[in-house]
Amino acid sequence: MISWRRLWAVCNKEFKQLARDRGTIAMIIGIPVLELLMFGYAINNDVRHLPAVVLDQSQSAFSRHLTEDVAATQIVDFVASVATIEELDSLIRSGQVSVGLFIPADAQRRSQQPDRRVAQLIVDGTDPVIAGVVAQLQAMPLGLRSHDWLREKNNSFELRIYYNPEKRSAVNIVPGLIGLILTMTMVLFTAIAIVREKEHGTLELLIATPVSVLELLMGKVLPYILIGLIQASLVLGLGYWVFNVPVSGSLLDVYLATSLFIAASLMLGLVISTVAESQFQAMQMTIFVFMPSILLSGFMFPFAGMPVAAQWVAEVLPLTHFLRIIRGIVLRGASLGEMLTEMLILLGFTVIMLTIAALRFNKRLD
Amino acid sequence: MQAIKVRNLSRQFGSVTAVDSLDLDISVGQVYGFLGPNGCGKSTTIRMLCGLLKPSAGEVNILGLSIPEQAEALKLKTGYMTQSYSLYRDLNVVENLNFMAEIYSLSGRNKRLRIEELITRYQLGDIRHQISGSLSGGQRQRLSLAAAVIHKPPLLLLDEPTSAVDPQSRRDFWESLFELVEQGTTILVSTHFMDEAERCHKLAILDRGKKVADDSPKNLMRDINAHVVEVHTDSVASAQDVLQCLPEIKGVTQLGLSLRVLVDRQVDQAEDFIRQTLTSHQLTAVATQVKANLEDVFVVATMSQPSGSR
Repeated sequence: MISWRRLWAVCNKEFKQLARDRGTIAMIIGIPVLELLMFGYAINNDVRHLPAVVLDQSQSAFSRHLTEDVAATQIVDFVASVATIEELDSLIRSGQVSVGLFIPADAQRRSQQPDRRVAQLIVDGTDPVIAGVVAQLQAMPLGLRSHDWLREKNNSFELRIYYNPEKRSAVNIVPGLIGLILTMTMVLFTAIAIVREKEHGTLELLIATPVSVLELLMGKVLPYILIGLIQASLVLGLGYWVFNVPVSGSLLDVYLATSLFIAASLMLGLVISTVAESQFQAMQMTIFVFMPSILLSGFMFPFAGMPVAAQWVAEVLPLTHFLRIIRGIVLRGASLGEMLTEMLILLGFTVIMLTIAALRFNKRLD
Repeated sequence: MQAIKVRNLSRQFGSVTAVDSLDLDISVGQVYGFLGPNGCGKSTTIRMLCGLLKPSAGEVNILGLSIPEQAEALKLKTGYMTQSYSLYRDLNVVENLNFMAEIYSLSGRNKRLRIEELITRYQLGDIRHQISGSLSGGQRQRLSLAAAVIHKPPLLLLDEPTSAVDPQSRRDFWESLFELVEQGTTILVSTHFMDEAERCHKLAILDRGKKVADDSPKNLMRDINAHVVEVHTDSVASAQDVLQCLPEIKGVTQLGLSLRVLVDRQVDQAEDFIRQTLTSHQLTAVATQVKANLEDVFVVATMSQPSGSR
């Protein structure tokens, strides 16, 4: 049985302590604002002006037009021209250029044969983002200016981009950032909330009172759900006003999904707090959750590009599932109903974590 | 009527036995003291009685409840003060009391009245809106006691409540305890202050997890297993060296220019015995037998353990 008065007492106390903790308030407001501005302005995934080299064996008007057309995309800048394949390889190997364009002697004849490729693009694959960008050049319609007849041949190369035709990274990052910020702050806050009581000795007095485990854990967690929703609103608001990222789906769906994700993160934090002995330890453990969440959830790197083992790890992280939901709702206008599986996974995660926390949290000192 | 009945209570931490086969009988309306050095098992025992630690063995019955099975029911009937300050340092006095009152399901008018009553009784009026982390030791202790009795518990468990407090605050604190006892509260208090121990109705001396004495302070001093002799001599240090080596001597304490010597009860003429011993070492001394105080009792009790390493 939950006594609502006691539950309220714990919530109320938590709010008062929070209001007095300037550092935490600074984190609640500062982290979302700073991160959004950093990711929005500083990091730019729209790769342009990759240094490139051309190896032209054709030396014809056709090949010069082809080179000009590729340069006109601005994805590559031709900084050198070489005569042999060895020189081209060497330039790429040394890192002086990222891309090589190889035009064979019979390029013009190839362009008239439907099943043959005209030229070869060689790319430095160490950065998959660059490789991905250059891969898009394959689909470039050739001969925009002089060889109109080629467009018909290359119709199959036409590239279509849904939802974000301008390829602005802010569109992809803003909804992801909600999940990232909530993972960082929610897990950390709850992880510390109980460990702090352990460290200050207040927990010993608290567990000598009739307050129940569930009252204590829930009372610790509920105030943070509100705080998490405030953070999510900050990011969505700034995303809309500053970076022009609209919410395609329903706001209600956004807040429902966010609430569930906050609950999942808080429960994870509670589990950490039952394991950690000091606030510092709790912080360390949070980082262990936070790092894979950044790198594996699909926030930074495309999920499909990751090795299978990494994908398994990612499936365990609540952020992975939340990103799928929130990007679906915000960017593609999907409804919660279409995201039911992901929602159920988050719900299951929350319940399992609460159970572990309640079992691990002993109302005794031993 | 018995408030606490404990039989054969033990607690192990790994290979260390913190509490060893402890028996306790504490009557309702008593101040019962635990006296002992740090690490003697005082805190561990109190925590087991609160249900915070699980006993390794033994039976505990408190206010008719069997512990640890009925620990949750007991928590409504006990007030607990931990060794270190354990209210919220970032809440003020009233907020802390308010929180504790709500935890014990007080509400509305009852809650407000009770808090005001406690603020008056424990002189917290001037500091009611002060953040509790900035209170002095004495103020914190008054607040902790107010919080511990907010639900009028019939049993108070106090773990070294006065260790961080000045002498005047300690005296006031004990006045408050006797006030509570008059209203029928039973109090179990641990301490390492002799003057506090002497004020208890009954006293248990703990040493290395074992109870080595258990009676009223008066009886303990009367039945002490030693003669207490005050020795005045011109060479205190040499006299101390000589006496300490004798098997009949249980303890020697220097008090300024004199020595307080505890002589085995088997020795018939303690004063003569000391005088002769010192004379044989070319030391002149005046020896007078005096009444035992509680510190003498403590020294004798904690040294007579067979496992002792003195």
